[in-house]
Amino acid sequence: MFKKLFINAIRLFLVASISFLAGGAIAAPTKAAFIYIGPTGDMGWTYQHDVGANYVKKHMGDDVEITTVESVEEGPDAERVMAQLANKGNEIIFTTSFGYMNPTLKAAKRFPNVKFEHATGYKRADNVSTYSARFYEGRHVIGKIAGRMTKSNVIGYIASFPIPEVIRGINASYLAAKSVNPDIQMKIVWVFSWFDPGKEADAAKAMIDQGADIIMQHTDSTAAMMMAEENGIYAFGQASDMGAFGPRAQLTAIIDDWGPYYLQRVRAVRDGTWESADTFDGVREGMVGFSPLSDQLPADVRAMALQAIGELAAGTLHPFTGPVNKQDGSPWLAAGETPPMFPDLLTMDFYVEGIDSKIPQ
Amino acid sequence: MNELFVQIILGISIASVPLIFAATGELLVERSGVLNLGVEGMMIVGAITGFVVQFHFDNALLSLAAAIIAGMSIAAIFAFLTQIMLTNQVATGLALTLFGLGVSAFWGRAYSKVTVDRVDAINVPGLSDLPIVGPLVFSYDPLFYLSILMVILVWYFLNRTKKGLILRAIGDNHDAAHAIGHKVVRYRFIAILFGGAMAGIGGAYLSLVQVPIWVEGMTAGRGWISLALVVFASWQPFKVIVGAIIFGGITILQLHAQGFGVNVDAQYLSMLPYLMTIFVLVTLRIRIKSNTNRVMPSCLGKIFHSTQ
Repeated sequence: MFKKLFINAIRLFLVASISFLAGGAIAAPTKAAFIYIGPTGDMGWTYQHDVGANYVKKHMGDDVEITTVESVEEGPDAERVMAQLANKGNEIIFTTSFGYMNPTLKAAKRFPNVKFEHATGYKRADNVSTYSARFYEGRHVIGKIAGRMTKSNVIGYIASFPIPEVIRGINASYLAAKSVNPDIQMKIVWVFSWFDPGKEADAAKAMIDQGADIIMQHTDSTAAMMMAEENGIYAFGQASDMGAFGPRAQLTAIIDDWGPYYLQRVRAVRDGTWESADTFDGVREGMVGFSPLSDQLPADVRAMALQAIGELAAGTLHPFTGPVNKQDGSPWLAAGETPPMFPDLLTMDFYVEGIDSKIPQ
Repeated sequence: MNELFVQIILGISIASVPLIFAATGELLVERSGVLNLGVEGMMIVGAITGFVVQFHFDNALLSLAAAIIAGMSIAAIFAFLTQIMLTNQVATGLALTLFGLGVSAFWGRAYSKVTVDRVDAINVPGLSDLPIVGPLVFSYDPLFYLSILMVILVWYFLNRTKKGLILRAIGDNHDAAHAIGHKVVRYRFIAILFGGAMAGIGGAYLSLVQVPIWVEGMTAGRGWISLALVVFASWQPFKVIVGAIIFGGITILQLHAQGFGVNVDAQYLSMLPYLMTIFVLVTLRIRIKSNTNRVMPSCLGKIFHSTQ
């Protein structure tokens, strides 16, 4: 009899512990991973993604376990890192650079149960979402400011790689600058790197020597901002507030605010409501923001910038509004026309009319 | 236009200085018969150490001294492993580079958001104000002049001093040098430390003069270019300057060309230093085969053991 009681006790204990463990499994944190192209200390692109990852951690606390991997090369290495993260039980993996596109799709095929989120790309699958921000809205605002603030009428633009994202930024800022200053000239230098402070500084210096008095950048380090500060000219922060490196030089910075999106996507995985989607948010949704405008801006320039930001937020302004011709003079947008997202904006591979330079092949 | 010309030349000089330092140091190391592939690692450790000391003490001399000591410390690890523990030089050098990149990233975590005062160019009253010649000859930062001086000193040491001749003899035949009583390991140990010191200054030049900020991996392959430069210079100190100006100049010139709207293929230009090095290696091989000129130290990369 005691034996029976004993066995029953053990049964009870087992059932209890199994249900306890099952309960524990439900409460287990959702594992999310982020793959970065540069070091989080770049104070630009990668830094802002890391800010977004921390935002998720802050809001979900013990419900989430976040792994980040820095400085992952675009290529086979990236796929290996993704596979490793998937094998470690991560349920959602954010791959935060354009060049991770094909590795992400390959990894997604191998791990159909893992959700992937690829930044700035255009290839999707059932378990691969893409997301990006309408950075060209930010470029529009800084283009307008630059057009008004330049004295030499020469804007220097440090470009990374000739991909649609970068070309959109160049076109948007050029059109905006041109709209307020018809004499504007844009010098574009490609450094073929997202992150090489020495080369970015050299490129900034080269353009300053050639007469540029405002520098824009589509690279990730703060080197160009420092060169601008030292040479007494203006520049714009990229992805993050770079004011610490150019307290006088920085007129404003385009801020990438990924946090709310990351939170929403990780929560969706946890709730089981995640679906493959394409997100392309801008100033209106808060994914693109600005650091406080510099005191250097005269009142009328400041008012112009604030108005542009306001119109972007209201959705009444599109940085690409016709009439706009392509560089070769062929018409692109008729008067009042705005381009469709696909293919025009997402695959943009041409300069607009007036840019005196060629896109490298 | 003159102004622009002067600025381009200045830009090229600044781009060359870190290469001159690191390559001249490595040149002496290789002339002693040791191949240290850890230049990139020693440079980056010099860069972070110099930056941190400059940030806290704002003293250029102190930060340079710290960068030198840091480069030497990393080199000392290499020297200990390869000269005393007799490990493979290639593997140890590669490990040193990876170690340097990692440890500098770790130390530098707290310093990615700050900036320091640039080590400024010196102005010689009167001379620096001369048109064209003034800015071209008399208005560099002190380290630029030091780099040229170091090349001259290394040339003098290797060609005009007894110790320099012994060092070269060790590099060409360590067994023979040992047999007549020269301290092979001691010479090599000191040469490696010197190489570390020079790489340390080269790295500090990047984080203190070129761009006064610290970012992970900021050497961006300059250590490897320095290694190629030693071969390009066929182990002759003065050719290092020529090579550094060519290697550094390519970058600056292509940036300016782009600014002027000239369509250049930047990828091909960044390949150029390595292509030129391969070309020099091939011609070198032909010269060695025909026995007309022996420039490469014969014992380069070979392990020395006194009982052999």
